[in-house]
Amino acid sequence: MTHRIVALVALIAFLVGLVLATFSEMRIFLPAMLRGAVVTVQVSVLAAVLFVVMSFVAGIAKDSQILVIRWTAIAYIEVFRGTSLLVQLFWLYFVLPEFGIVLSPMAAGVLGVGLNFGAYGAEIVRGALLAVPRGQVEAAIALNLSEWKRLTRIVIPQAIMVMTPGMINLTIELVKATALVSAVTLVDITYAAVQQNQLYYRTMEIFAITVMLYYCIAQFIRIGGSALEDRFTRHLQRRV
Amino acid sequence: MDWRWDFTFEVVLPRLWEAAGITVYATVASFLLALVGGLILMVLKTSRNRIISVPVTEFMELIRATPLLVQIFFLFFVLPEVGITLPPLTTGILAIALYNSTLCAEVYRAGLQAVPAGQWEAARALNLSPLRTFTRIIVPQSLPPIIPALGNYLIAIFKETPLLSFVAVGEIMHASKVIGSEYYRFTEAVTIAGIFFLVMSLVSAQLVRMVENYLNRIILR
Repeated sequence: MTHRIVALVALIAFLVGLVLATFSEMRIFLPAMLRGAVVTVQVSVLAAVLFVVMSFVAGIAKDSQILVIRWTAIAYIEVFRGTSLLVQLFWLYFVLPEFGIVLSPMAAGVLGVGLNFGAYGAEIVRGALLAVPRGQVEAAIALNLSEWKRLTRIVIPQAIMVMTPGMINLTIELVKATALVSAVTLVDITYAAVQQNQLYYRTMEIFAITVMLYYCIAQFIRIGGSALEDRFTRHLQRRV
Repeated sequence: MDWRWDFTFEVVLPRLWEAAGITVYATVASFLLALVGGLILMVLKTSRNRIISVPVTEFMELIRATPLLVQIFFLFFVLPEVGITLPPLTTGILAIALYNSTLCAEVYRAGLQAVPAGQWEAARALNLSPLRTFTRIIVPQSLPPIIPALGNYLIAIFKETPLLSFVAVGEIMHASKVIGSEYYRFTEAVTIAGIFFLVMSLVSAQLVRMVENYLNRIILR
């Protein structure tokens, strides 16, 4: 627990330091990069919500009894895992208007990243659901619980424990993948770094800060994730 | 929506076909480099000398915690500053290879550690030299879990090559962007690029599965 707090304090100190550094001679490029960081965080948070929702929907639907639902889920997973995220972002932003659907850059970025990672997350959710012992489902049937209650009260609470580590890793991957949203004209950390580098040629400083910003976000997720994991496995820990 | 077949066949397909060659070349080259790089990183990481192992471990952590795109830009802009001028394609291949070699290193390590310690002991009891133990006893047993994992990284690298379009490497995604901005028609080019990736990934995923089954059969026999 203490090392987690130390790490959090260090990360926050670094970020505060960056904000303070905007008053030094770094002010020519730092504010633009911090604005980029805000965009990255916005896209990441919204895409992460979509990612979790899609993972559960597709992960549960892939083992559905109804053929149409199952095949839709399989098609979704294969298409979004089989093509590159960059291609998907391009398609959402430049091709979808041909079909009459015009998305803002933010919407296209969030949809692309969220749907892409949802397809990967679906397999994790599905694997975790399958890991719940069959007897649990049978016991729930014997107790005459409805199908919905069986899923939400018996199976998912036990599966969450299994899926948390994998989902947290994917969330970190998701934040890294948001670097691609510059393809749909969003100015995130990466794109801001490239722009500022072209203006001022302070390559080393700019990219070192970029790397550190991503590293910080990843560490925040790792710390939050391990706290979440503790929460979900709390009932397994011995009480003193 | 209007999909124009003449445009597809006369402009899009020939140019994407040319670009597909660069995509495949970049994939294979980065994969081979990542295989070797992963081996080197694995050896350095498991070194008993902490002066070597600790910095290498931290370096690998840093590589894995940052986006590949940032690393591509970093190499693209920083290498010329220190006096190394490489073509964009080479820079991109190096960046992808470096990123994936940190992942391959973990695969190798996991595969080797999965071999039970008793195998080392038994080989010593049979008076085999350490080199012979390693090449004849340990490596053959660690291959079955390693090879499918490496195959999955090959597919992952393939799907990472579109990132090279950010540094103007003429691979398939870049070609479709260029077609899009020349004719102001993105529909055909981007869709066909997507289909290309989908088909290639599905086929190669199937191949990896076949190799995996084949290896499992050999081991179980």
